[in-house]
Amino acid sequence: MLERKPSFAALEAAANERILIIDGAMGTMIQRYKLDEDGYRGVRFKDWHRDVKGNNDLLVLTQPQIIGAIHDEYFAAGADIIETNTFNAQKISLADYGMEDLAYEVNLAAARIARDVADTWNKKTPDKLRFVAGAIGPTNRTASISPDVNNPGFRNVDFDELRDAYKEQMCGLMDGGVDIILIETIFDTLNAKAAGVATLEVFEEKGVELPIMISGTITDRSGRTLSGQTAEAFWYSMRHLRPFSIGLNCALGADLMRPYLAELSGFADTRISAYPNAGLPNAMGEYDETPHDMACAIEPWARDGIVNIVGGCCGSTPEHIAHVREHVSKFAPRKIPSIPPKLRLSGLEPFVHGA
Amino acid sequence: MTTANAAQAFINVGERTNVTGSARFRKLIEANDYPAALAVARSQVENGAQVIDINMDEGLLDSEKAMTTFLNLIASEPDIARVPVMIDSSKWSVIEAGLKCVQGKPIVNSISLKEGEEQFLDHAKKVLRYGAAVVVMAFDEVGQADTEDRKFEICHRAYKILTEQVGFPPEDIIFDPNIFAVATGIEEHNGYGIAFIEAVRRIKKVMPLVHISGGVSNLSFAFRGNEPVRAAMHSVFLYYAIAAGMDMGIVNAGQLTPYDAIDPELRELCEDVVLNKRPDATDRLLDAAPRFKGDGSTGAKPKEKDLSWRNQPVQERLTHSLVNGITDFIEEDTEEARQQAAKPLHVIEGPLMAGMNVVGDLFGAGKMFLPQVVKSARVMKQAVAYLQPFLEEEKRASGVDQMPAAGKIVMATVKGDVHDIGKNIVGVVLQCNNYEVIDLGVMVPAAKILEAAKKEKADMIGLSGLITPSLDEMCFVAAEMEREGFDCPLLIGGATTSRVHTAVKISPNYSKGQAIYVLDASRAVGVVSKLLSETDRQDYVAEIQTEYVKVRENHLKNEASKKRIPLSAARENKFNIDWPNYTPPKPTFLGTRKFENYPLAELVPYIDWTPFFQTWELAGRYPAILKDNKVGAEAQKLFNDAQEMLRAMVAGNWVRASGVVGFWPANAIGDDIAVYADDSRSEQIATFHTLRQQIARDPKRDRAHTALSDFIAPQGSGIADYVGGFAVTAGLGEEDAIAKHVKATDDYSRILLKALSDRLAEAFAECMHARVRRELWGYAADEKLSNDDLILEKYRGIRPAPGYPAQPDHTEKGTIWQLMDVENAIGMQLTESYAMWPGAAVAGLYFSHPDSHYFGVGKVERDQVEDYAARKGWTVEETERWLAPVLNYDTRSLREAAA
Repeated sequence: MLERKPSFAALEAAANERILIIDGAMGTMIQRYKLDEDGYRGVRFKDWHRDVKGNNDLLVLTQPQIIGAIHDEYFAAGADIIETNTFNAQKISLADYGMEDLAYEVNLAAARIARDVADTWNKKTPDKLRFVAGAIGPTNRTASISPDVNNPGFRNVDFDELRDAYKEQMCGLMDGGVDIILIETIFDTLNAKAAGVATLEVFEEKGVELPIMISGTITDRSGRTLSGQTAEAFWYSMRHLRPFSIGLNCALGADLMRPYLAELSGFADTRISAYPNAGLPNAMGEYDETPHDMACAIEPWARDGIVNIVGGCCGSTPEHIAHVREHVSKFAPRKIPSIPPKLRLSGLEPFVHGA
Repeated sequence: MTTANAAQAFINVGERTNVTGSARFRKLIEANDYPAALAVARSQVENGAQVIDINMDEGLLDSEKAMTTFLNLIASEPDIARVPVMIDSSKWSVIEAGLKCVQGKPIVNSISLKEGEEQFLDHAKKVLRYGAAVVVMAFDEVGQADTEDRKFEICHRAYKILTEQVGFPPEDIIFDPNIFAVATGIEEHNGYGIAFIEAVRRIKKVMPLVHISGGVSNLSFAFRGNEPVRAAMHSVFLYYAIAAGMDMGIVNAGQLTPYDAIDPELRELCEDVVLNKRPDATDRLLDAAPRFKGDGSTGAKPKEKDLSWRNQPVQERLTHSLVNGITDFIEEDTEEARQQAAKPLHVIEGPLMAGMNVVGDLFGAGKMFLPQVVKSARVMKQAVAYLQPFLEEEKRASGVDQMPAAGKIVMATVKGDVHDIGKNIVGVVLQCNNYEVIDLGVMVPAAKILEAAKKEKADMIGLSGLITPSLDEMCFVAAEMEREGFDCPLLIGGATTSRVHTAVKISPNYSKGQAIYVLDASRAVGVVSKLLSETDRQDYVAEIQTEYVKVRENHLKNEASKKRIPLSAARENKFNIDWPNYTPPKPTFLGTRKFENYPLAELVPYIDWTPFFQTWELAGRYPAILKDNKVGAEAQKLFNDAQEMLRAMVAGNWVRASGVVGFWPANAIGDDIAVYADDSRSEQIATFHTLRQQIARDPKRDRAHTALSDFIAPQGSGIADYVGGFAVTAGLGEEDAIAKHVKATDDYSRILLKALSDRLAEAFAECMHARVRRELWGYAADEKLSNDDLILEKYRGIRPAPGYPAQPDHTEKGTIWQLMDVENAIGMQLTESYAMWPGAAVAGLYFSHPDSHYFGVGKVERDQVEDYAARKGWTVEETERWLAPVLNYDTRSLREAAA
């Protein structure tokens, strides 16, 4: 049997009691610091052979105080869960900056920074424990779509490469002390399945099991992931991981996310998480949904009992999170429904035996 | 469960994509004919298979590779990929290869206890990790189970291991208790059918959540060649097995005879065999079988495809094929369209593009999703490929023997951004349409993009980006293109990009070429083909330009409705001029000078014709508008009429142009401009009041909050600055001219005359401003600007008019009138609402500082209104009335709140 950290039970207890709050955007907050190329490089990488501006994940090594301060702001805003700054921190994405060899180190450092901030808060408010989720993004490649027109069977990344990259990331995150594994912004379920295999393998190797949160991305009004799956089909593809929660994040603002969330809530027999963008980007690429507007868009989800965990994605800030928390705190978390056991398969669309 | 319900819950697994079961499919795979192999999969889904079984177990095949290739190809076919797959192999390595290719939840077929518990456990654990359901064969270390007891016992043992040791959900377990051939002539085989059915019953009783499957066609192996008998045996067998709890079968869904439709005699013979009812059952069926062979058909036909869309006109057919990703008829339909078209190229630009636009619309409306769009692009590609020889033939015939690629596009995700999935899709779609795409990848610096574009002689450049900072980088690339002298189109795409951003921020950086926003991949081909078309390019670019001008204007308007900052903060951020290092030029005279009956002929060259067409609601810039596809003919006719009347107006002095210009010593006091009687600056004879921008800007950009007073040296600076004023008209005598030269019923000519008077008045203002700069104020004596440059305001100094964006308050005209005694001097009047009479008139101020520029005050807050009221000596209510169009607040609600 795999061991569980005490935080596993604490997280479950907290989730039974209230709607949990996950933090908001990291990138939006980093942009506020207006770092230039030198800022990203820090001392250690001042002679790096490639530009690294935009490599936000590197900041855990070069500007750890900034990342720590952002985590702190989110906790101060009332977040129960913060995400490590590791969205692109696996070797496949880091290779864009020639930094594939730093993957483990970046994850370890990111997890430690978040851990330290969380521990400080936990000492301050031991009655309200805070949690660190190791953020695992989709990578910059997709295992289900061919980039070569003349060869639709071609792939520029395969399952094994993804699994290996994710395993390394996961090891760094777990060694750095995260409480949760969060596989997020899933636009290709096959990538996420590779992350799933990686997670279970690392759990087995370490003899430790953490709660798994899974969050997909419905990219537009077709109600599909980028790789073409409906929300229900996506859930059936991920359900074998027995996740702590399933949900949606990114791409859409709260208003457009609602229908897909309501759908998921109906057939998922686990907790539902949702952290939408602060609206859709406006014409100038800025997210301008105010904290108040965003909170008002999310509040009905809580009132209608379709969510267990809420927060923000692109464009959201600690102010957004504070408002969201205030608006949902008076509502009870969604009750996990019991779903009759049936053979539930999926292609791009769901298939339920006897449905 | 009733039989009917059970039958409904029965899962048909399509069996035709199985190299061991289908010789045809095997041959296709061996021949690498994957398109045809995919068609087999598609037809199964179309015929109602809910899951498709895929098996590549053939000795001579690289089965892992064939499985991977086929599953990857299926992933690109949304109409096949919509159903789950069953990954079927007796080799674990093939199964695992398959599991690594599917994003959905598939079924693994199969694992078993054949090699012992350890391996079974290992495989089962992996299947669970990959997220699949599993078929478990009733097979153990001893062998395949053939009796009811063995079948049950092996399944039960496997069930316990799976649920207790692996944690497999029981509902994801599917047992295959082995269907063996009956009626083979070997006596012990006779019980195989009933053994299966009874085992099913026991399994379902003890393990109710599991499922039972089987390869049904094995059963009738003895009757190969006699399809009606085989089909009848299958139907009878399934009838009983389903009633017992079998709920999945690998069957040819198109070839099952309904139980009730089987010939009663044959049905009885089959029941005897399947259920082993009598010792001579086999012999009896063997004897009777030839009688039922018939034509070899099974009676039940596979479901007919709905081909009614084939009866529609060719455009609809092409659109249907593109939208639905059907390649079956694309060549014949393209050929038909080609025969109807004057040139093969017109087929692409006409019907095929029309079809792709439908795809784009459906995608935009969320009614198609991305893999389907990519599929459409591939159909398009096939159509274009078909046309290729005809296109080449035409080129040869027309003397150009080399067929260039349709165009070359250099694409890149800009520096600082690593997102490229959207860009890749655009690349795929463009390549499908015969464009050569040079993809530079992600995080590409501007210099590298431009270098590649030069080296490759690209026809256009495409930039992509997903994150917000990429927008600024795109502006930078555009500016670099301008600097390096590029003029090719610049395509902009990616999640955060927008038409507005492209029009407002990117396009102005690149005046030598056109930046164009491309909404999504489905639009890319349309945009690119228009840009490369010799016939369409000009019109298209002109259309984009006009559109972007409108977008910019709207954006400014919207901008104006945004948040304001306090007036005090705006003043702190005033437009700063380095006064100590500047000496303002002194005008050649102070006071006023009249220009009466100015020669009209001198004004004609200064006319800006574009607004003239706008008067007539013809959108477009002069002179391009005369060649415009839509309005060109009408514009030309109007222009001809205008020229004719203008000649008459000038020759006959139909209207008189008069104006007055004045200059005074002036200094700024806060947001006001004090005007002095003379250079001693001791007597203030008037005050021009100005309004200041209050818009809340992105603090990143350090743009000032400007007021016109910022362009005049402040009082106390010790600098002698000056301000000018003017009022001109070309409408004197206009009413008489109309009465004299235009028939009362001729509205057209009347409007034309008025519009020309307006143009002449504007031209007069332009002409006087030029004279002011060159001689009257004389600070730009050497200026030599063409009329185009004048229209583009490339001169030094400005002449803002009250009532326009830089000073929205019309009442300031009153000060101009008073200072220059305009009414007595030249007969121009102000109405009580400060409109000018005659209407063909312009009045404003002159500023000479090189940094002075036009701007919009935008909306103002109440603090500025109160301040302005105090300066003007008005009440706040009065001020709000005059400034109503630029108030950033609702006066009523404010007052109600105060009450």
